Amino acid sequence: MADILGAEVDEEGFLVNLKDWTKEIAVEMAKGDDIDLADENADLFHERWDVLNLLRDYFEEYQIAPAVRVLTKAVGKKLGKDKGSSKYLYTLFPYGPGKQGCKFAGLPKPTGCI
Amino acid sequence: MAIKKFMYLNRKASYGTAYAIESLEVVLIAAAFDQDVSLAFIDDGVYQIVEGQNTDGIGMKNFSKTFHALGDYDINKLYVSAESLEERGLTADDLMPLVYEDEDDDWEEKPSVKIVSNAELTKIMSEQDVCLSF
Repeated sequence: MADILGAEVDEEGFLVNLKDWTKEIAVEMAKGDDIDLADENADLFHERWDVLNLLRDYFEEYQIAPAVRVLTKAVGKKLGKDKGSSKYLYTLFPYGPGKQGCKFAGLPKPTGCI
Repeated sequence: MAIKKFMYLNRKASYGTAYAIESLEVVLIAAAFDQDVSLAFIDDGVYQIVEGQNTDGIGMKNFSKTFHALGDYDINKLYVSAESLEERGLTADDLMPLVYEDEDDDWEEKPSVKIVSNAELTKIMSEQDVCLSF
């Protein structure tokens, strides 16, 4: 059984118990993918956290991880039209905003994401 | 890929069995494949979209919140059987105010839920390519 800072994760690195999530866990997960979520002067630090916080709010409100298409729409609405594109989201999370973003945010893998 | 008309029939209440949540999962997956998706709520299925659900006492996830996300997935045809509502002493006011934003009408919020008679529902069902019953 794999774990990150004592929190159990599945074979793809997603948290098993969503309540275990902390910022420190997100930072640790990102480190494994060569992304710095700890240093606020790091490249795209605030942009990444904006999306991660939005993902957590979305899950809290709807109890699901959004599909990429739906996330793109929500980002455009909440963070500005220029950011509501999959190109922008892939800049932040190169392994896929759904897969990588949801993982860091402590959400399950998006429904319908293969 | 040709677009097919899929209708999901929901006939059971939310939490006694896994039918309701399984149906919702399949609906969300189908939506990701750009199909024409509609939902029907018949018999105890009407309880799935009743407002004010609270699952604290049964220790299960309150997935009724997820119905509010359907509009974002372009699922905006939710038919509810008028007879099933009436048999259970429910009215339109007891249901969640589910809406979608109409892309063709300046993103105006419009209701997704439509209450129809069983006769109308039969007609809508006959127009589908696929009906899946849960």
